[in-house]
Amino acid sequence: MGILQHEITRRTVIAGAGGLVVSFSLGRAFAQAPAPTPPPATPPAPPASLPGSLDDDRFLDSWIRIDPDNSVTVFTGKAELGQGIRTALLQVAAEELEVDPQEIEFVTADTGRTPNEGFTAGSQSMQNSGTAIRNAAAQVRALLLAEAAKRFGVAAAELRAENKSVLAKDGRSASYGELVSGQILHVEAQPQSALKQPGTFRVMGKALPRVDIPAKVTGRPAYVHDLRLDGMLHARVVRPPSPAATLAELDQGAAEGMPGVVSVVRDGNFLAVVAEKEFQAVSAMRTLAAAARWQERDTLPDQTTLPAVLQGLEREIGTVAEAGVLSSNGKVFEATYTRPYQIHGSIGPSCAVAHMKADGTLDVWSHTQGVFPDRGAIAEMLAMPEEKVHVIHMEGSGCYGHNGADDAAADAALIASEIPGKPVRVQWMREQEHSWEPYGPAMLMKVSATLDDQGKIASWAYDLWSNTHSTRPGGAGALLAARHKAQAFQPEPAELRISPSGNGDRNANPLYTIPNKRVLWHFLPDMPLRVSALRALGGYANVFAIESTIDELALMAEADPVEFRLSHMEDPRARAVIELAAERFGWDKAQMPRNRGRGFAFARYKNSAAYLAVAMEAEVEPETGRVRVVRVVSAIDSGEIVNPDGIRNQTEGGILQSISWTLYEAVAFDRTRITSTDWSSYPILRFASVPDSVEVHIVERPGEPFLGTGEAAQGPAAAAVANAIRNATGKRLYDLPFTRDRIRNAVGRA
Amino acid sequence: MSISLIVNGSPHQVDADPATPLLYVLRDDLALNGAKYGCGLGQCGSCTVVVDGEAVLSCMVPVMLLEGREITTIEGLGTIDEPGPLQQAFIELQAAQCGYCIPGMMMSAHALLRRNARPSDAEIREALATNLCRCGTHMRILAAIRRAGELMQAASLPEPEEGRAG
Repeated sequence: MGILQHEITRRTVIAGAGGLVVSFSLGRAFAQAPAPTPPPATPPAPPASLPGSLDDDRFLDSWIRIDPDNSVTVFTGKAELGQGIRTALLQVAAEELEVDPQEIEFVTADTGRTPNEGFTAGSQSMQNSGTAIRNAAAQVRALLLAEAAKRFGVAAAELRAENKSVLAKDGRSASYGELVSGQILHVEAQPQSALKQPGTFRVMGKALPRVDIPAKVTGRPAYVHDLRLDGMLHARVVRPPSPAATLAELDQGAAEGMPGVVSVVRDGNFLAVVAEKEFQAVSAMRTLAAAARWQERDTLPDQTTLPAVLQGLEREIGTVAEAGVLSSNGKVFEATYTRPYQIHGSIGPSCAVAHMKADGTLDVWSHTQGVFPDRGAIAEMLAMPEEKVHVIHMEGSGCYGHNGADDAAADAALIASEIPGKPVRVQWMREQEHSWEPYGPAMLMKVSATLDDQGKIASWAYDLWSNTHSTRPGGAGALLAARHKAQAFQPEPAELRISPSGNGDRNANPLYTIPNKRVLWHFLPDMPLRVSALRALGGYANVFAIESTIDELALMAEADPVEFRLSHMEDPRARAVIELAAERFGWDKAQMPRNRGRGFAFARYKNSAAYLAVAMEAEVEPETGRVRVVRVVSAIDSGEIVNPDGIRNQTEGGILQSISWTLYEAVAFDRTRITSTDWSSYPILRFASVPDSVEVHIVERPGEPFLGTGEAAQGPAAAAVANAIRNATGKRLYDLPFTRDRIRNAVGRA
Repeated sequence: MSISLIVNGSPHQVDADPATPLLYVLRDDLALNGAKYGCGLGQCGSCTVVVDGEAVLSCMVPVMLLEGREITTIEGLGTIDEPGPLQQAFIELQAAQCGYCIPGMMMSAHALLRRNARPSDAEIREALATNLCRCGTHMRILAAIRRAGELMQAASLPEPEEGRAG
């Protein structure tokens, strides 16, 4: 039985037992079925646009189900990635439904159960899913009030919803479960909802403790890594030693004879071993790796000339922004900035469990960011109908973008398809995660800016060179296992697309008032190293380049960096975070001791989402080149607040992660192999270098749309570090990361 | 080969290759989730457990060396219904994002707080020198460990209670 049939049957049973029909969204459930009636001769008027992801999944009961036993279930297509989205979305639902959060069963990304909300990415979960759930919940509450009004024979305005019941002034009440009947929730949502007013919030705007943390700190099963199914086997993949290597010879006998080994799976260049116990699989993987001879090719670029390599790969130019006429009159500042390839670097290597069942359906448990796209790619890889593949999200180690999650899911699926009837768990090894995850792309940014005689920016030319920042599935060619199979799938060719939210060009257009500007993305379709989405995409490097340049222009204009930013900024919400961060930092009176400096930076993520400004104090040891950020003060406006502590936690995390990227991180490679394969060859932030304090101040915007939080800080934090080093040493650093060698070279020995 | 282990106060017999790192025995044979595979190289600390009071990287220690020694994992610090002071502190301060590294952090902290319930900031950082966090939760981790020390003192617990769960 397919998943789809299973779902319909289960829900039919519920309906039969309880006399209630709250069926699944027909729009989705029957997406595979032939159209029941021929299409009309003239297309109907397009349906009204609905808030958030409701626009894609329009039935209220796709999002909220209430059963006759008074149980409440809320569905989201978004996934918990460690960002706290489960808790924040639960708060939204609880608020508008007038139900306590602990009374709600909350179901996240699952191709058999939830709406398809694409990827959990781009800091869009609150805007998309939060908005959808909020509106759906408010409309469900309104329907329940209307139903009760009908039954009680009073006006709905005379009633109130509270604690899963509707109460009348005369004391009569009906539970939600009693009121739900006759498919009253199986209706399309309306464009407008009677949302609760911020002053009446019980749950939203409060620091509700994260619902997932108690399990995580007590050793309860919390991750896909902890899934233990009956009869489950353990697999390990033997990856090629280099990206272009092909398997020339293999003697699998030794590995096959090892204790516990069930099978060696080989399909072209895909090689894996399956064993009864996990360490048996690890041991056999090592033996198998030693018994494989690979043909390697030197396909990687010369790391020492990376900027020239990137420029040489340019094939197309996209115009990101253009206004006025560029000029080179007045004072000119020109600079070239670079960003290396960087890893997501999840602490827990990617993991998945897959089970090819006797009925020919495949279950896959994965920490993917997109269960529906991943399902499509896995189905294509295995030549299975999509409806026979069921992908269920379970948490993994934080991913920070498109890491190895989808690939591990494909590995597990491919191996499980060779061993039907047995669930198979695959976890990558550390060196596999470092070597094979898709990296954040290397970038080159060139700026030429001028100041007029009033000290204002007159002209701004900005050119960036970058690959695409998204190679997510998509087709099976996005998956390593599918690329390595004998019948290999090819990655889809990358295309230059200029969009409002941006990609490599994200945040490339400065938000400041600049009369004459031109921003170009020099697009690199060829990807010598595998790349994809890393938090903030191009926004990290673009904001680093822009905000470093703004600092230099402020110096040229002999203006205070904060004042200079404000004098070029009209958006009042941008001004508010800049002023708040400066005030709480004590920017006016900050006197820096020797070898310490202060740096400031600002960006509005995607130029359309959260506003963030940050001030930092950093100390530089000229002798060693060591930099430590000592104190951080940030201010963020991410729209209406659902969980203030969630916003603080994400912002602190974004700042510290960006400090790590900025000070330490670069993928290393020779012409054939990736050589940064562990935490020794790819160091990251350690406790010895963590700041003394990190403050996050939140600007409250009740009634405003949700703007998302997770990626607001990365770009500004990088620039603030650079600007603090400039302030401490008088030297501008242009090349990420700011390693000790680079600092020593720039500063010279004191 | 059968090996006797004492984990969170309870004796266990496991049948494993003696060279198997303790981590795999904890996860695979004893179905304990707390210790995590992170690198298998002793570089990240997510597998940290406490053995006879000392923080140990369980991905590096062959199980044969642990016969008869007291092994404590995060499951031994309390339960979801009855969390111990360290667990209470991490919940109270919401000191997790993805949380994958957190049990290793807590076990490094547990070894520290056993010796010193009022560690300085520098001592906490030193105790966590081999623990990596990627989400950037460091500030909260430091604060939670300080808070755990306070909770232990307030509860007049000279050292964290061990062996509540098996």
